[in-house]
Amino acid sequence: MMHRYLPMTEQDQKEMLNTIGVSSVEELFEDIPEKVRFKGELNIKPAKTESALMKELAQLADKNADTQKNTSFLGAGVYDHYSPVIMDHVISRSEFYTAYTPYQPEISQGELQAIFEFQTMIAELTGMDVANSSMYDGGTSFAEAAMLSAGQTKRKKVLVSGAVHPESKAVLETYAAGQHIEVVTIPEKDGRTDLEELASLMSDEIAAVMVQYPNFFGQIERLDEIEKLTHAQKAMFVVSSNPLSLGALTPPGAFGADIVVGDAQPFGLPQAFGGPHCGYFAVTKKLMRKVPGRLVGETNDEEGQRGYVLTLQAREQHIRRDKATSNICSNQALNALASSVTMTALGKQGIQDIAHQNLQKAAYAKKQLQAAGVKVINGGYTFNEFVVELNTPVSEVNKELMKKKIIGGFDLGRDFEGRANQMLIAVTEQRTKEEIDLLAEELKQYA
Amino acid sequence: MRNENQPLIFELSREGRIGYSLPELDVPEIETKELLPSGFVRQEAPELPEVSELDIMRHYTALSKRNHGVDSGFYPLGSCTMKYNPKVNEAVARYAGFAHIHPLQDESTVQGAMEMMYDLQEHLVEITGMDEVTLQPAAGAHGEWTGLMMIRAFHEANGDFNRTKVIVPDSAHGTNPASATVAGFETVTVKSNENGLVDLEDLKRVVDHQTAALMLTNPNTLGLFEEDILEMAAIIHDAGGKLYYDGANLNAVLAKARPGDMGFDVVHLNLHKTFTGPHGGGGPGSGPVGVKKDLIPYLPKPVLVKTEEGFTFDYNRPESIGRVKPYYGNFGINVRAYTYIRTMGPDGLKAVSENAVINANYMMRRLAEYFDLPYDRHCKHEFVISGKRQKKLGVRTLDIAKRLLDFGFHPPTIYFPINVEECMMIEPTETESKETLDSFIEAMIQIAKEAEEKPEIVQEAPHTTVISRLDETQAARKPVLRYQKKEAVEV
Repeated sequence: MMHRYLPMTEQDQKEMLNTIGVSSVEELFEDIPEKVRFKGELNIKPAKTESALMKELAQLADKNADTQKNTSFLGAGVYDHYSPVIMDHVISRSEFYTAYTPYQPEISQGELQAIFEFQTMIAELTGMDVANSSMYDGGTSFAEAAMLSAGQTKRKKVLVSGAVHPESKAVLETYAAGQHIEVVTIPEKDGRTDLEELASLMSDEIAAVMVQYPNFFGQIERLDEIEKLTHAQKAMFVVSSNPLSLGALTPPGAFGADIVVGDAQPFGLPQAFGGPHCGYFAVTKKLMRKVPGRLVGETNDEEGQRGYVLTLQAREQHIRRDKATSNICSNQALNALASSVTMTALGKQGIQDIAHQNLQKAAYAKKQLQAAGVKVINGGYTFNEFVVELNTPVSEVNKELMKKKIIGGFDLGRDFEGRANQMLIAVTEQRTKEEIDLLAEELKQYA
Repeated sequence: MRNENQPLIFELSREGRIGYSLPELDVPEIETKELLPSGFVRQEAPELPEVSELDIMRHYTALSKRNHGVDSGFYPLGSCTMKYNPKVNEAVARYAGFAHIHPLQDESTVQGAMEMMYDLQEHLVEITGMDEVTLQPAAGAHGEWTGLMMIRAFHEANGDFNRTKVIVPDSAHGTNPASATVAGFETVTVKSNENGLVDLEDLKRVVDHQTAALMLTNPNTLGLFEEDILEMAAIIHDAGGKLYYDGANLNAVLAKARPGDMGFDVVHLNLHKTFTGPHGGGGPGSGPVGVKKDLIPYLPKPVLVKTEEGFTFDYNRPESIGRVKPYYGNFGINVRAYTYIRTMGPDGLKAVSENAVINANYMMRRLAEYFDLPYDRHCKHEFVISGKRQKKLGVRTLDIAKRLLDFGFHPPTIYFPINVEECMMIEPTETESKETLDSFIEAMIQIAKEAEEKPEIVQEAPHTTVISRLDETQAARKPVLRYQKKEAVEV
């Protein structure tokens, strides 16, 4: 059959089969045992033309309430942020998106240099020495940080804050089960890691203390205090961080973090129903040779010209095989590129500006909600998210908000016992004063 | 064609330039020190570049020109299935109702997305011959690990805690043993026989009551179909183990043979390979996993289910291995794969495999005269040749690969599989025309002649790229992994 993706004509096929020395294409499949040869037709939908398919799928997409036509106060790890238009233009250059891993550096300098720049920007933001070329997402980076810590300390137990993203924690638990590592939760108190509990759980058996900054409830954890307790027992200090917040907050590196992980989605990556996003993984120089995933390094060619290559590959799974401590092969190159473009567009000034606006607008929203009688709970310092308690189940409130084209906050009752009727509200720079005022007005009745 | 370096974006930075557009703050401003605890206000601004919008476009455009993709030219990288990436996929993935929806929105507001996911799962179930599919894993390696974790959970649920070993052929990709280790297993290697297939006698020798699973790619990494697959399945199943299918090479057998019918219990797919992902320079990918009935209880949660009221995520899965990824997988890549499958239909997918296999066999036969062919039989979608003959002339496979760059081609996968000396693994895919294959073949023939007549032209290649061979030893010995403002100093 002829198809627009398949250039082989009948004449081509005849000539090629002749060169091969067979008379039919079936002969080439005769090594498949008769018993397992698939003879019928796949029972899947018939092919559609380009236009017809686009129309059908556009209608399917229209069944979803998107954040461009509605006003979103939903965050919880995935955010509606400014995405410079040039970002999509850059990643639509097919020299980038139709390439694979840069195995041949002579014809992959573009990708390699872009990743080297990404590594630099992530290291800058987090205050760490080294960042890798990216990971699947924030959740799996978080889990990989625990695996690295266990390997590095030769200890089999990690402490994870009860105030981290519940889905990252769930991923961590699955990974830990694979490697027989015990995960113990440090309870949260008023939406922050309970430092007294941490102190009593701490021992020389602990491989890592893992917290989130700002944490899942939006609060700023006391990284200074947690660092002391962690390093007193020579455990690894792992911080998961929203990189955009680091335009305003002191970076985890300055507090002595050993590993900083997170997701670069806030840098303009489409929310895309949860993926693909872009995990990052940054470490101290000491851990440089233990990082999972790929690293790009600078070097010279035979003529002394500067260039970039994949490096320190002895760490990687395809070399270490059954000695590997991580099996990640790929990175999220295209999304790392996308977030690099956004970080570049924001630049030194914009990263501070955008973080400042998030901080200010969330503070304003908090104030307006309180003025409307809505209970903002947990107190504490927050970045761009905070928790309110309503008199009605959040899922019901969200259905009502949707009628006003508002996508409400995350229903904390889904994942946290004792947090029924609590909503986690995110306010990014994208939200206007009017939109915030409208939310306060709408939530008044549930105060 | 050597040219000047493109400076790093940081080197283009000039104080005060901006490339962004943010509105004025429209809410009353509060002093930062009132909003953040003392000691937590960032003191030193991060050194991100200061450039204008045009600077950014020029920079990345310059970088893109220093990169080879499938749209730039032929890319026969074995086992990677570097086929054409349809543009309609890109358009559909950017529809607002797919790109700009939040994973934690109320389910009633994302029924279209869930319907797409469900239908994709149904299509993959049919294509693989499995009973159920999860879309959660982010990539092939992630899928491997997910599948192995499920196999472990299955054995443990049967009170079978001694099944600690996973058997992997010696020709397997390094990821297979790495995934087994990360899932808590030991790896046992089974040898290949003189025909490049798994040695059944050796398999019988290594299999025992500790066998959790056999991981297999079929066709294997040599591009050969494991003809004894049913015997192998019987050996593993009789011993109480499970059969794992690495879907890296599924492009060879679409609508021709289904892993489920071959006896496989678990399958992972690489949607960025067979189903036109695209590859994105190394990701994002998507690695769905399909299973047979007895493994369904262990699927990662949540599981997408269809009810009379619509689609919903089922979190009540007590035997599930848990989550392997936040949310529901790389949805954006899954949209692209779905668009591709719907574009091809049943006949199209069958033609994909037929044409991929014809292309590979055609190239193999034409190259056989000039290079050593370690396994002289019909291949599937890819094949391996050896540069042994050229090595005797002082030209290594690496040199051949570099010389191909001068002809505008991406080289094949080299030095893999590791059981073939001076290996080149070539996968043309079905989207390449005969003229393209012919021009690559001509280039290979010319290089073979050069190896005999003027080997230095091959040994010193590439000659036309923007940069010559890079010093990888220096890169690893004195790692420079980031730019630093004054001098790029060692970290």
